[in-house]
Amino acid sequence: MPSTLIEKYIRESHLPHIWCAGCGNGTIMRDVIQAIDNLGLDKKDVVIVSGIGCSARAAGYMNFNSIHTTHGRAIAFATGIKMAKPHMKVIVLTGDGDAAAIGGNHLIHAARRNIDLTVVVFNNSIYGMTGGQFSPTTPTGEFATTAPYGSIDPNFDIPELARAAGATYTARGTTYHVPQTIKLIENAIAHDGFSIVECVTTCPTYYGRKNKKGDAVKMLEYQRDNSVSVAKAKTMTAEELKGKIVFGELYVDNEKPEYTKEYEKIIEIAGGRSDE
Amino acid sequence: MAGKEKRLRINARWCKGCGICVAFCPRQVLSLVKDKVRIQSPEKCIRCGMCEMRCPDYAIWLEDIDETEENYG
Ligand SMILES: Cc1ncc(C[n+]2csc(CCOP(=O)(O)OP(=O)(O)O)c2C)c(N)n1
Ligand code: SF4
Ligand code: SF4
Ligand code: SF4
Repeated sequence: MPSTLIEKYIRESHLPHIWCAGCGNGTIMRDVIQAIDNLGLDKKDVVIVSGIGCSARAAGYMNFNSIHTTHGRAIAFATGIKMAKPHMKVIVLTGDGDAAAIGGNHLIHAARRNIDLTVVVFNNSIYGMTGGQFSPTTPTGEFATTAPYGSIDPNFDIPELARAAGATYTARGTTYHVPQTIKLIENAIAHDGFSIVECVTTCPTYYGRKNKKGDAVKMLEYQRDNSVSVAKAKTMTAEELKGKIVFGELYVDNEKPEYTKEYEKIIEIAGGRSDE
Repeated sequence: MAGKEKRLRINARWCKGCGICVAFCPRQVLSLVKDKVRIQSPEKCIRCGMCEMRCPDYAIWLEDIDETEENYG
């Protein structure tokens, strides 16, 4: 019998999960269920939506209303679910490729609408599932199977991209900073509007190996030694912040109208729901 | 719950031998034997829960002793 948290929220018969030894995905999945537990949400009111990727497998392990969709389209499915069931908490679990490459368009438009979804990005800076191709978050100069001489692409800052597109809650956590990341996910779920928490995670198998970052322990130590809180970052120069992971709440706007609430008004103006 | 005794539990079947719990335990309680976690020095454990918090495979955790007795008694 596992811990009470795992027993309550994870489909135990599916464990051990498929993720590699030391992969951070398991840590983020537990952060999400801990955040849901801390908020005291009824499982029936939570929907977990994922796309495709190592990270996306989380939806299959989590004992909620869950749906494992197609690559890049999790946010589109989630938008439909939220429109049909606005009272539900719809949480999208997605990889950096799923969210910012193939799914980048869905991401910016959901952010633009400020629809009340919570997007948790498992950012391992690579395509894990397909063997280590570079992603839109692979830092310039780093290696991947498709960048054997180092990537020449500039990388996206996903929370900043979402904020610019209209997201009203953006944050960054890491797999090292567990309690802080749980709190950020909690705040994101509680926020009424489009919220995104990028979780910087470790892929020792591809990103780690390709970039000689060492094993899972070394990669976590790297996060510990190269992260600064939002408060500390404010006191640092751009030069000092180079290569640092800034974690914490990045942007919060509680004023902007939420999309499903605006849509409710349209339903009212148009004469209400015919089926009710 | 406050005041309740806790004890360490392991599910070796779920452990993938990543070594994270071993490296981050503040009291060197744990070790790896044949790529599986082992509670090497239980007497040193301060029940801080760091191993449980960091294990990506949910293979090590602290359990209330009362609860254990209820379930296994
Ligand atoms: C339409 C489509 N294109 C491409 C693929 C192949 N594919 C599967 S997962 C993946 C990338 C996954 O990367 P990411 O989203 O970062 O997740 P990770 O595996 O790293 O968690 C790709 C390109 C696919 N399944 N479907
Ligand atoms: S390939 Fe990377 S991201 Fe995928 S399970 Fe393995 S360590 Fe995790
Ligand atoms: S509870 Fe703390 S001291 Fe005990 S084994 Fe786990 S990490 Fe080490
Ligand atoms: S952290 Fe978990 S999977 Fe890794 S060695 Fe420890 S018990 Fe095993």
